[in-house]
Amino acid sequence: MSKVESSKSTVTGVNRRQFLAQSAKAGCAMGLLGMGITSVAKQSSQLDPLAIRPPGALSESDFLSACVRCGLCVEACPYDTLKLARWFDGAATGTPYFTARTIPCEMCEDIPCVKACPSGSLDHDLTDIDESKMGIAVLIDEKNCLNFKGLRCDVCYRVCPLIDDAITLEMQHNQRSDHHAMFLPKVNSDSCTGCGKCEHVCVLEQAAIKVLPAHIALGKTASHDTYINTEETTLEMLNRGLPL
Amino acid sequence: MSKLSMKKDGFAQAAIDELGWWRAHKFLFLRRASQLSVFILFAIGPLFSLWLLKGNLSSSELLGIVPLSDPLATLQVILTGHMPEFTLILGALIIAIFYALVGGRVFCSWVCPVNMVTDSASWLRRKLNLPRTSEMPRSLRYYLLAVVLLLPILTGLTVWEWVNPVPVLYRAALFSAGSGLWLLVAIFLLDLFISERAWCGHLCPTGALFALLGKLSPVKVSAVNAKACDNCMDCFVVCPERQVLKPALKGKQAMITNSDCTQCGRCIDVCAQRVFQYKNRIALKAENTQ
Repeated sequence: MSKVESSKSTVTGVNRRQFLAQSAKAGCAMGLLGMGITSVAKQSSQLDPLAIRPPGALSESDFLSACVRCGLCVEACPYDTLKLARWFDGAATGTPYFTARTIPCEMCEDIPCVKACPSGSLDHDLTDIDESKMGIAVLIDEKNCLNFKGLRCDVCYRVCPLIDDAITLEMQHNQRSDHHAMFLPKVNSDSCTGCGKCEHVCVLEQAAIKVLPAHIALGKTASHDTYINTEETTLEMLNRGLPL
Repeated sequence: MSKLSMKKDGFAQAAIDELGWWRAHKFLFLRRASQLSVFILFAIGPLFSLWLLKGNLSSSELLGIVPLSDPLATLQVILTGHMPEFTLILGALIIAIFYALVGGRVFCSWVCPVNMVTDSASWLRRKLNLPRTSEMPRSLRYYLLAVVLLLPILTGLTVWEWVNPVPVLYRAALFSAGSGLWLLVAIFLLDLFISERAWCGHLCPTGALFALLGKLSPVKVSAVNAKACDNCMDCFVVCPERQVLKPALKGKQAMITNSDCTQCGRCIDVCAQRVFQYKNRIALKAENTQ
């Protein structure tokens, strides 16, 4: 009987000293491991500049909190636009993205990828695809853009789903020939959805127009700058600082 | 060489002689069939557009209606402070309730793809007769689980999902994201050369969570015929959680109630004496009280 009891205590093997020592060791090991994988996660949480998130994606940090990397959006996409990021891909492993130059977003009216997302990392409040903000197209290379050379390429303009809204052509006098016009594509960042069709069709070997994540493409006025709302500021100045 | 071949003949040979080769591998085959059919159900979607199961083990959709989600991934998302869509929570509840009923770590041995990697490492280890050297404490997985659930609170990121090897294999196969497979190679090498059953038996936080979920499940392996045990040790050699066997074989209670047991049924297979059986704890209790 006593033998059974002593063997039992060695089987479970828990006396206070061992327990404390084991907990301390395991705690240290787990702490180091935790720091390690956190740094891996932080490191790769910077999205590859050319990898664009699906429509309705929350802001990058919220997106990374929410996405469970299930790939349901990828499988819901009828155009094979979306991919899950692989290790060493730049974007966080297992999260969905697309490369506009390869396959752009086709702007489905029913937005199947958003509907498929179980976690809400693609915001289900997005019901009008024209409202989506996957990124912002930027005419990044004026030197090689054919329109800037005076040609009528216009392919990015004509393919844009929001033609004359997200991309417009600005007519300008052609100084070089002195009697022609140049039609320069201009992106309106308020309405551009970042679908990437313009980048996809650009006829150059490397696209002169590229879709970038909004946080890279857009500038931001400092909150203390008063010229944001010029009209109100002017009225305030005319009123000599007195409330309107 | 002669020692090696002797060992090879030795393992589970009694069971094979007694029951025949097929019956001595019955639950191993059923288990592989189960693991592969879950995988095939996912894979025929993208391959043949037959969408029975969509997504992967992190979250999926059964027949386009029933949501299923990994409880650990869902917990991590909630702990980052993001309130997910109800679909994800419902999916996690369905999975949690399912494994609470059929046995928590049934997931590990009958569904999880990493099990095939670690089982093959263990098989190779047995074939090569590699010595058992370092042993990690089994409680490490609960510490790791705590870390996995703590990091989202501290960082706002589902940190574990960067390195979680369980969905990596599925993502590699279903979404051609093969570059994550180095993780599984690392686990294979760890299990083979450094510490026996290191991943599934000592580290995996998913397994730890499922063990906790399955604490109360009625389905258990039981040493119903413990008296017939001839101490051949085959079950100890093959069991991924061998510490659960001794209390059942030598203790007062024949049922393996330890939640570490993955209920893989290999001990049932390899035992010529037919010591073990799957038992329903509730039915057994009802029988005894009658």
